[in-house]
Amino acid sequence: MSQLGLARLQFGITTIYHFFFVPVTIGMAVLLAILESMYVATGNEEYKTLTKFWGKLFLINFAVGVVTGILQEFQFGLDWANYSRFVGDIFGAPLAIEALAAFFLESTFIGIWQFGWEQVSKKVHLVAIWMVALGTTLSGFWILTANSFMQEPVGYMLVNGKAEMKSFGDLLTNPQLWVEFPHTITAAYLTASVFMLAISAYQILHKRNPELFKKSFKLAAVAVLITGVAVATIGDQQATHLVTAQPMKIAAAEAIWHNTSDHAPWTVIGIVDSKTHQLKDAIQIPDMLSILAYKRLSGSLQGINTLQAQDVSKYGAGNYVPPVAPTFYAFRVMILMGVLMILAGLWATIRIKGEKFLNNPRMLKVLIWTLPMPYIANSAGWIMTEVGRQPWVVYGLLSTAKGVSPAQTVPALDIWTSLVLFSAIYTALAVAAVFLFKKYTDLGATPAKAPVEAEGDGYLHVI
Amino acid sequence: MNLNILWFILIGVLFVGYFFLEGFDYGVGMIYQFLGHSDTERRVALNAIGPTWGANEVWLITAGGAIFAAFPEWYATLFSGFYLALVLMLLGLIARGVALEYRSRHDKPGWRHMWDWALTIGSFIPALLWGVAVANLVRGVPINGQMNFTGNLLTLLNPYALWSGLTMVIIFIAHGSYFLNMKTRGMVSHRAKQLVKPMGYIGAFMVLVLLIWSSTLSDLRLGAVPVAVGLISLILIAAAVVAEGHNRSRTAFFMHGIGIAFLTVSFFVALFPRVMISSLNPHWSLTIYNAASNAYTLHVMTIVALTMVPIVLAYQVWTYWIFRRRVGTKTPLEY
Repeated sequence: MSQLGLARLQFGITTIYHFFFVPVTIGMAVLLAILESMYVATGNEEYKTLTKFWGKLFLINFAVGVVTGILQEFQFGLDWANYSRFVGDIFGAPLAIEALAAFFLESTFIGIWQFGWEQVSKKVHLVAIWMVALGTTLSGFWILTANSFMQEPVGYMLVNGKAEMKSFGDLLTNPQLWVEFPHTITAAYLTASVFMLAISAYQILHKRNPELFKKSFKLAAVAVLITGVAVATIGDQQATHLVTAQPMKIAAAEAIWHNTSDHAPWTVIGIVDSKTHQLKDAIQIPDMLSILAYKRLSGSLQGINTLQAQDVSKYGAGNYVPPVAPTFYAFRVMILMGVLMILAGLWATIRIKGEKFLNNPRMLKVLIWTLPMPYIANSAGWIMTEVGRQPWVVYGLLSTAKGVSPAQTVPALDIWTSLVLFSAIYTALAVAAVFLFKKYTDLGATPAKAPVEAEGDGYLHVI
Repeated sequence: MNLNILWFILIGVLFVGYFFLEGFDYGVGMIYQFLGHSDTERRVALNAIGPTWGANEVWLITAGGAIFAAFPEWYATLFSGFYLALVLMLLGLIARGVALEYRSRHDKPGWRHMWDWALTIGSFIPALLWGVAVANLVRGVPINGQMNFTGNLLTLLNPYALWSGLTMVIIFIAHGSYFLNMKTRGMVSHRAKQLVKPMGYIGAFMVLVLLIWSSTLSDLRLGAVPVAVGLISLILIAAAVVAEGHNRSRTAFFMHGIGIAFLTVSFFVALFPRVMISSLNPHWSLTIYNAASNAYTLHVMTIVALTMVPIVLAYQVWTYWIFRRRVGTKTPLEY
């Protein structure tokens, strides 16, 4: 594999892995803050027990999210030095602000929250978890400000072949940011809600303290429904925005090589043949793509071939078509997962009345299987976004091939070495994290008590 | 003072904060499993840093972000150039961060020993490699006319840089010992105190050699000022051992920490106004001017930093106040 290919593989693997943990962190912080608010407001110890139970899973997840995030802060320099030189003037600013305004907030207050149950008052403790929730959401905002610039460069000027910042305000009001941020952040809330719903269902099904877990079940069910609908609604807005902002991405995501008619159908599923520029065995809904794209009954979309010709006249000779099949399939996988999660949320919410879900093992079993869905949807969404932007790393400004570190400084062998090492340690972390998730889920929630102390060589029991 | 200088100072401040704060965290990570003879004692040592180590590490992340924002060329050259060294450091930091969270979550001895070693090695590697990296920044590395590093990992592992790396390891171990002595009760504190004297004096000796070595580097760019600042550091590091001898554990800890701060400052003073020195051609060095973002970015970032830094400092100090009590085996140990 070429040095460029390896660099891309490394970025893809490490970033998708990082984003397996991040959404649960962002969303669970809010859910924990809600649970603890209930505890402080009602004084009901059950909410404290629940907060502690979900808090343990949160911390197990948080640790991996944080440490894999350290790599993210530095890897633009590692493999993407030329990208960093080109865009650092703009891209570095939100990254630095993220660290200053968000990472300090979440890491400081998570320390107070984790270790401060006996050290600070109930109210201060509650403020701490809300600060963590604020910090994690802010962190999402700043990193997506940076990513949005890659999708839709704004507020810059080109000076000596480099992008320099012209307006910080333009970065913050980037139209792409204001569809991408709400979509991603609600997806993070949805991820944590599904996580809580599936595991609550698992606990109830196994008769582990169902009286307690029915509370988190209800909270999560409603949260899945609300955030699921929000993700979809905002996602629709984002797709509409892409039609004008990144038409090539939408054309690839829909696998349309030729301009559509005024009544463009939406392909539910089909087989992409990139060689013959065709969609085979497609199941289509008439007019639906026009409706999705323009929010009216008619309107044609430009196809890949037209856009390629336009790009050639704009940027010079070259291939400006992203890999169509992955973009097309990823988009559909994301949508399918989203629809399934909304349905699950709806079903669970309907069954809240009269607590019918408690005696519905079939439903509980199905809900457990929603657990992988948000992870698949998140990864698919990012694959569509990032693969669909190719061959650009900064849309219309810098190609991915020109962003990589020079091969003299970072030879392919170095990337191989680091790729193998990171993959190995990430695999080990995944095994450890899954082991602990399972362990603490099966231990269930027990009312808080002081850890057992042992002198000498005795081991301290965590529960 | 222009904004380029201000940002050079700010990044220096971030590294001072990072080495001061994570210095003792790394030190604790390297020694706790030897100071704690039982699992409870190890837990005491870890709980002493438990609530605050995460925020301490953010000083490094912020320094990385600040370099990217203010001096993108520095960011690009440094991290692509010191590639494998940075990869190793990141692996260490990853292992260490997860170890701190995971070690006590399962009570099989094998599990704990595994994470104990992940934490110890994961603390040793960044301590060593930061010493190596900083020394190479001052010594100069092969950078060509396009600001690209042309050496490899072995270029970085020269005797001077390795000495600097080992010096960093020793003074961080000493720093961790001062911290545990001050912050814990009972046998952990007692054993940490026993470690302070040898480590403190060895550290002082290593810093002395490092300063002499630095001042003999070829082109006399290390003038009197950085050496003078380095001497202050040396005096503080040595005086801390004396203060510890008089049972002034808090004073000793801060003296030693400020000693580390001065040592960091001396490196930055030696660099100024360069940020990376080219050993091939002095004109190819990266400076706070040719590596910087434009004036507008620096202006925006200055406003952000001057607003945020005091707030961040305030709540971090507050956290240390909340967890000011010494940790002992009778303390309820949260996880």
